[in-house]
Amino acid sequence: MNLADHWLFSYQALARHRLRSTMVLLAIGMGVSSVLLLTSIGEGARLYIEQEFSALGSKMLIVLPGKKETTGSAPPLYGTSPRDLTIEDAQALKKIPSISHVAPIIAGTASVSNQSLSRDIIILGTNRDMFTVRNLTVKQGRMLPENSETRATPVCILGAKLAKELFKKSSPMGQWLRIGEYKYRVIGLLKARGESLGLDLQDMAIIPVRSAQVLFDSPALFRILLQLKQTDFEINTRVNINKIIAQRHDGEADITIISQDAMLSAFNKIIVAVTASIGAIAAISLIVAGILIMNVSYISVSQRREEIGLLKSLGASAREVRQIFIISSLVITSFGSLAGLILSYSLVFIIQTNFPKIPLAIPWWSTIAAIFMSFIVALLFSWLPANKAAAVDPILALRG
Amino acid sequence: MTDNAIINISHMNKTYQVGEQPLHALQNIKLNIKQGEYLSLMGPSGSGKSTLLNMIGLLDRPDSGQYQLQGENTELLTEEQRALLRRKYIGFVFQSFHLIPRLTALENVELPLMLAGVKAKSRQERASKLLSELGLGNHLRQLPKQLSGGQLQRVGIARALITEPTILLADEPTGNLDQSSGQEVTDILERYNRNGITLLVVTHDIALGNRAQRQLNMVDGVIVSDTGLPINTTKPYQQLGSSS
Repeated sequence: MNLADHWLFSYQALARHRLRSTMVLLAIGMGVSSVLLLTSIGEGARLYIEQEFSALGSKMLIVLPGKKETTGSAPPLYGTSPRDLTIEDAQALKKIPSISHVAPIIAGTASVSNQSLSRDIIILGTNRDMFTVRNLTVKQGRMLPENSETRATPVCILGAKLAKELFKKSSPMGQWLRIGEYKYRVIGLLKARGESLGLDLQDMAIIPVRSAQVLFDSPALFRILLQLKQTDFEINTRVNINKIIAQRHDGEADITIISQDAMLSAFNKIIVAVTASIGAIAAISLIVAGILIMNVSYISVSQRREEIGLLKSLGASAREVRQIFIISSLVITSFGSLAGLILSYSLVFIIQTNFPKIPLAIPWWSTIAAIFMSFIVALLFSWLPANKAAAVDPILALRG
Repeated sequence: MTDNAIINISHMNKTYQVGEQPLHALQNIKLNIKQGEYLSLMGPSGSGKSTLLNMIGLLDRPDSGQYQLQGENTELLTEEQRALLRRKYIGFVFQSFHLIPRLTALENVELPLMLAGVKAKSRQERASKLLSELGLGNHLRQLPKQLSGGQLQRVGIARALITEPTILLADEPTGNLDQSSGQEVTDILERYNRNGITLLVVTHDIALGNRAQRQLNMVDGVIVSDTGLPINTTKPYQQLGSSS
C-alpha cells in the first residue's frame, strides 16, 4: 500500500465518523494553538524590547560605577565601588576622540509639589547630551542649559503626565515648583514618547546634573551614557575609558562598561527561556489530545474488527494493519495541526491589526515544535491501539 | 499426482481448547487439490470445514502437518510472507460479503490491488472492467447499502477475483441470498471455474454441494468421503470414516 493510498483510505475512514474525528481534530487544534498563542506572548515581549533598544541607536555605551568580576568570594553586587563616578569623570571622558556625546546621570526620588499638589517621582539630573543619546525632544520650551555640568541652575523639564498632574489645565511653562528643598522653574515639556526601557519618562522631571548633585547632596553618578561616533570604535573606546578612569581613580578602573548589544542579548536569552517554558506547559494540552487519540483509536479498532479481518484475508500483513491505524491518527493530526495553525495565526493577526499596542508574535520555533510535538504524540498514543488492531484474529473477526 | 497439485496438505492437525474439552477441529487431514478443480466441502456445523478453509487460506496455522501452496512450504513462513502468498494466490468469498460500507463498489473491488500497491489508475480500470463483466457496470459508484444481496455478493466475487488468484475459497457464498440471486452467484463462480480458476465451496446446501465435480464430506475434523480420490485410496480414511 503506497502512502497516497494510505492517506486516502484513512481519510475515508475518518470522514465516516465525522463527529468523533472532529472531536479529535479540535483537541489537537486547541493543543497546537495554545502552544502557539502562549509562546506568541513571550515572543511579542522579546520583540518589544528589541525594538526599544533599537530606538536608542546602536552606538551607545553605558558606564556603571563599580567593577563586576568573578572572584573567589560571593559575586559582588551592583555598584559596590569604593570610589564614586563623578561629573568630573564624565567630563574627562569627553577627551576621547571616538566619543561624540557624554551624558552623566544622577537619579533619585524626591517629592515635587506645586502649591497643594504633590507627587513622589524620579528626578533625573543630566545634561544636554542626554537628549541626543536617548532620542528625547522637548515639545515646548527649551532643553537643559549648556552649562548643566558646571552650574546648579534651578530649572527643570517635566514629563507630560507629571505636568498635567501638577498644573492641571494651566500652562506650567515659566512656573515655579518645589523639588525637595529647592525651587525650580519649568523651562520645557518633554514630547511624549511613552516608555523607554521601563522608565516612564512621562512621569519624571529632568534637571541639570549639577543641580541634582545639590538636591541629593551627593556627587555620585548613577551612570554615564556615551554615544560613539561610529559603532566599530567600541573596543578601542572601552580601552580608553578604562585608562582615563584608572588615571583618575588611583590606578584602578573600577567601572563596568555595558554595550547595548550585551544587554539586548542578555534580555533575549531570559525571555526566550521563559517563552519556551510557557510553551512546554501549553504542550500538556497536546498530551491530553494524545490520550483522546488513544481512546478514539481503541474504539475504532473494536468497531473496525471485521474490516481488519477482511484486510488480512485480502493479503494485508499485521504490519500493514498497524500502519493503517497509525497513519489514520497521523492524518487526523495533520488536519488538527493545520486547524490549530490557522486558528492561532489568524487570532494573532486579528489582535495585531485591531490592537497594535499589544505585542504578539508567533515565533517560528514554537510553530515547528508544536507541529512536531503533535505528531510525536499521535504516534505514541496510537501505537498501542494499532498493535491491538494488528493482532486481530481474522477468523474470529470475519465470523462475527 | 502431487506434482501438479497446487495445494498439498498432509497430516494436518488442529485442536482448539473449548472450555475444558479439547476440540479436534482437524485430524490428520490429507488433501491434494489440482489446478482448475471444482470442489465442494460439506459437513455439519463444527465438523472443521471452516477451519480447513482457513488453513488453506493461510489465515490459520495448524498445530502440526505440512501444507504446500504452489509448491511452497508454508509452515515456517513469517506472518508477512504468508500475507504475501495470500495476496498472490488466494481469493476469499464470504457468506456475509464483508464489504467495507464506506467504500463504493468500485473501491471495495480495488482494495486488494490498493494493498498490493497497484497504481490508482490501473486498478480502477481493472476493477471497473471486472465489475462490468459481472453485470455491475452501472453500480460502480454505489455504496454497499444501495445494492441488493446478489449484487453485493457479485462485488465480493469481483474483489476476490481482481488479484487473479489461483484458488477461490467461497464460504457459504449463497447462504445469505434468495434462490435466484444464489443461482446467479453460483453461475458466476462456475463460469470462472470453467475458465481455469480452482474453486472450493464450503456449504451446507446439498444442492449446491452436489454441483461440484469433487465432493468432500467432513465429520468431526476428518474428511470422511472424497469423490475425487482414486479407487485404491489409503486405508485410514475408510477406517476413520466408518468409525464416525
